[in-house]
Amino acid sequence: MLSSPSAVLAVEPFDQLWQVRLESLLAAGRAAGADLVEVFLERTDAVGVLAEQDRITSVSPGLGRGAGLRVFLGERDGFVSTNDLSDPGLLTALDQALGMLGLERSAQVHSDFEGLPALRDFGRLKADWLGRCPALGEATDRLLEGTAQLGRHGRHLQVRRGSYSRDWQEVLVAASDGTFARDIRLHQSVGLNVLAADGEHRASLGRRYGTSGRPDDLREWDAEAAARDLCASTGTMLYADYVEAGQWPVVLANRFGGVIFHEACGHLLETTQVERGTTPFAEQVGEVIAHPAVTAIDEGLSDGAFGSLSMDDEGMEPQRTVLIENGVLQRFLSDRAGERRTGHARTGSGRRQSHAFAAASRMRNTYIAAGPHTPEQLMASVDRGLYCKTMGGGSVGPTGQFNFSVEEGYLIENGQLTKPVKGATLIGEAKDVMPRISMCANDLELAAGYCGSVSGSIYVTVGQPHIKVDSITVGGR
Amino acid sequence: MADHSLDTSRIDASRLRGRLEDLAHGLAIPQWDLGAACSTDTSVQVDRGEAKQLKGAQRSSITVRVWNGDGLVGITSTSDLSDGGLARALASAKEASAFGNPDDKPAFSPLSTAPLAPLEQPLCPPQGILTLLGTLKEAERELLGRHAAITTVPYNGLAERSSERIYLNSAGASRHQKLTTASVYLYARAEETGRKPRSSGAVRLAYGADSLDVAGCIDEAAERTIRHLDYAPIETGYYTCCFSPEAFLDLIGAFSSLFNARAVLDGVSLSTRESLGQPLAVPFFQLHDNGLHPGNVGASAFDGEGTPTRRLALVENGLLANFLHSEATARAFGVAPTGHAGLGAKVSVGPDWFEVSGTGGQADLDRHSADGIVWIDSLSALHAGVKASQGSFSLPFDGWLVKGGEARSIEAATVAGDIRSLLNGIIGFEGAAKITPDGLSPYVWVEGLSITGDS
Repeated sequence: MLSSPSAVLAVEPFDQLWQVRLESLLAAGRAAGADLVEVFLERTDAVGVLAEQDRITSVSPGLGRGAGLRVFLGERDGFVSTNDLSDPGLLTALDQALGMLGLERSAQVHSDFEGLPALRDFGRLKADWLGRCPALGEATDRLLEGTAQLGRHGRHLQVRRGSYSRDWQEVLVAASDGTFARDIRLHQSVGLNVLAADGEHRASLGRRYGTSGRPDDLREWDAEAAARDLCASTGTMLYADYVEAGQWPVVLANRFGGVIFHEACGHLLETTQVERGTTPFAEQVGEVIAHPAVTAIDEGLSDGAFGSLSMDDEGMEPQRTVLIENGVLQRFLSDRAGERRTGHARTGSGRRQSHAFAAASRMRNTYIAAGPHTPEQLMASVDRGLYCKTMGGGSVGPTGQFNFSVEEGYLIENGQLTKPVKGATLIGEAKDVMPRISMCANDLELAAGYCGSVSGSIYVTVGQPHIKVDSITVGGR
Repeated sequence: MADHSLDTSRIDASRLRGRLEDLAHGLAIPQWDLGAACSTDTSVQVDRGEAKQLKGAQRSSITVRVWNGDGLVGITSTSDLSDGGLARALASAKEASAFGNPDDKPAFSPLSTAPLAPLEQPLCPPQGILTLLGTLKEAERELLGRHAAITTVPYNGLAERSSERIYLNSAGASRHQKLTTASVYLYARAEETGRKPRSSGAVRLAYGADSLDVAGCIDEAAERTIRHLDYAPIETGYYTCCFSPEAFLDLIGAFSSLFNARAVLDGVSLSTRESLGQPLAVPFFQLHDNGLHPGNVGASAFDGEGTPTRRLALVENGLLANFLHSEATARAFGVAPTGHAGLGAKVSVGPDWFEVSGTGGQADLDRHSADGIVWIDSLSALHAGVKASQGSFSLPFDGWLVKGGEARSIEAATVAGDIRSLLNGIIGFEGAAKITPDGLSPYVWVEGLSITGDS
């Protein structure tokens, strides 16, 4: 979709007209002996734009369509994806999925499948979203404004980049349990990145903002404020020394600081991890797994947040799921397969990157709740430690070991921020670190991010107030 | 009106060309090229003797690139290969061309019709999902039986793929490659009473599922996992490190912008135009990129612009020898494209498959009999812990501390440093070069790296 938002809208929409075709597929699957059959249809219209220095250097539109068919038999499932949405193409995919489970479609369709109910159309009021997004000319102008602002506010900038992505997606989910729902999703993200160099000193930093369901997001983006914030951090980090390695108390800033909970604990509260036997918390619902200061929530409801949904990729409306309350584990995030295999009830958390992935239990907007303290009280409680103002990415391994990088850090000495430090990586294990989050401030904020896992890369939000971790391993030099 | 679709299980290059020519003519597009791919994938996962997830996929996609009357380039990708889908993609690309970069106008590669190097890539028939499932169940069973502490194999998979890719352009270039590949991975989790769980694994690739070295994958996964069971913290400090071939190649790959002409032109590489011929590593260090190596299962015969894949010296005797190029970057440097391009409005450049070798350094290095060294088996979180444009890294790793010839697994640690210092801190190589999925390398010894431990 470019200056005229027409390309994808010119093709047949996913609506009630698909009902007969889908019912035929679902009935055939049930008649073959499947416990449950699910069809996920998708159309996408995306564009990515890159500005470097004062030029637009890349405009990359992408159009897509496809289907994912999933068949359950007991706890097993077969999944097939295809770009071929013709009736023969979908039937072939169904046959393959059935065949994986030793089932075979018969010529005569007799099943207890009673047909689909009326479509629950979450996309009905979103039909104009794509058309309301900035046209390409407007998007490129805004990005160039961003890179110009970087030039205005930054020093020693060798590279100035701005990037924008717009991802429009229409989905239709139908399942033999009576699920029949449609939605339209819109995610937009704009980011600035710089590389500063002065002699042997180099620093590369970035900021990214993202929302869902807000067509005017790019128009409302404050390019100057974003550029000024990034340039201030870059100017500081350009001359930073490498952090001294060791065991330190750390204070993690709000917003993207929430990546620590996402990596250290959030993934371990997905039923996919219970299924694999890779979470240490599998049998600990109702038990203390974190410091009493910690209450953690995952939800898909915050207005405009990157991880918000009207329905998940299995057609279920999202919930506000309290994961941990005052340190006590409350429940897991669960999807359709997770419910069948682990017994944890679905939470509207079945998510996937696209039709090419089977849905899995995944996080949405995940954050540690605000606490009673001020950020200054957290700082004042540390004699010598590390303040992590902005975080890079992270990951968690199959034994619960997590890691994430610190993009902008400062030493805390006698309760005060002193000099900037770079090159820090925080590592630890979820079971060890959760009891050490001893103080939460009162300044909860969220930040947009991307999460890659078993069902692909999805839009999420991480968040927290400022928090203090009593001790963590800080890798450095 | 019927909307005819291409058969998504195969690509008819001749028919595709005809359709693009018609559509381009109708839209007054004077010049175009495209990359198309389709694949059929089958994969299985198991969980303690039962099928867990069985997956199949038919994928097809086309990326079209068009030049407008001003020579500016626009691009669009689509997975909708119907007539209407292709028309929409071409129209979208034409519209995007209005925003093409006048300072960087890609052209057809001058090598897009040059002869391709022969590749020995047997096309293997699919084994079928039930055969894959049986093989993987047996592999899991055998791995679980190797040690009482190995209780699950939480990450496992066996997959086979059949694929085709095509490059066409309006000047007559036509590239076509068919390929079959298969892979198996086994990552076991082991836990002993009162101790933390440990995990490790192995991967194997082949042209067909029936030729996969599943037994070797089981052996390696078991050996690595068991060797990590007895662990201890490590003191923070500076150590001589011995990188496994996999770990060293991961690190080189993460810093491949050192050799990337696109990154040099964009100012995000540590190298500059003037770096060619300058020292980058110790004088006995050699590095090539060689997508044609027989060990590179699934090698591409040509890049995204149709340029043939070739072997290229990147570092010779410690000196930076060449950069990886696309058509546009090669033109900017006054050299020939090297076969490392993607396909885009701004064409990306990337490596194929590295070959690391050494012609000197300290002899008789042996990690099994060493004292006080860290043996780095695998690196984690490269996406987060590498600052390629700064040269720095700080990465979690799995490995062993070797003392008096005895190796004990390290509980949790990071290794940090600067890539240029690392390349100049190489003291030697151990053993014969080993083929891995990412390249070929011996064990590489480096002195003076910062290790942060959990003690």
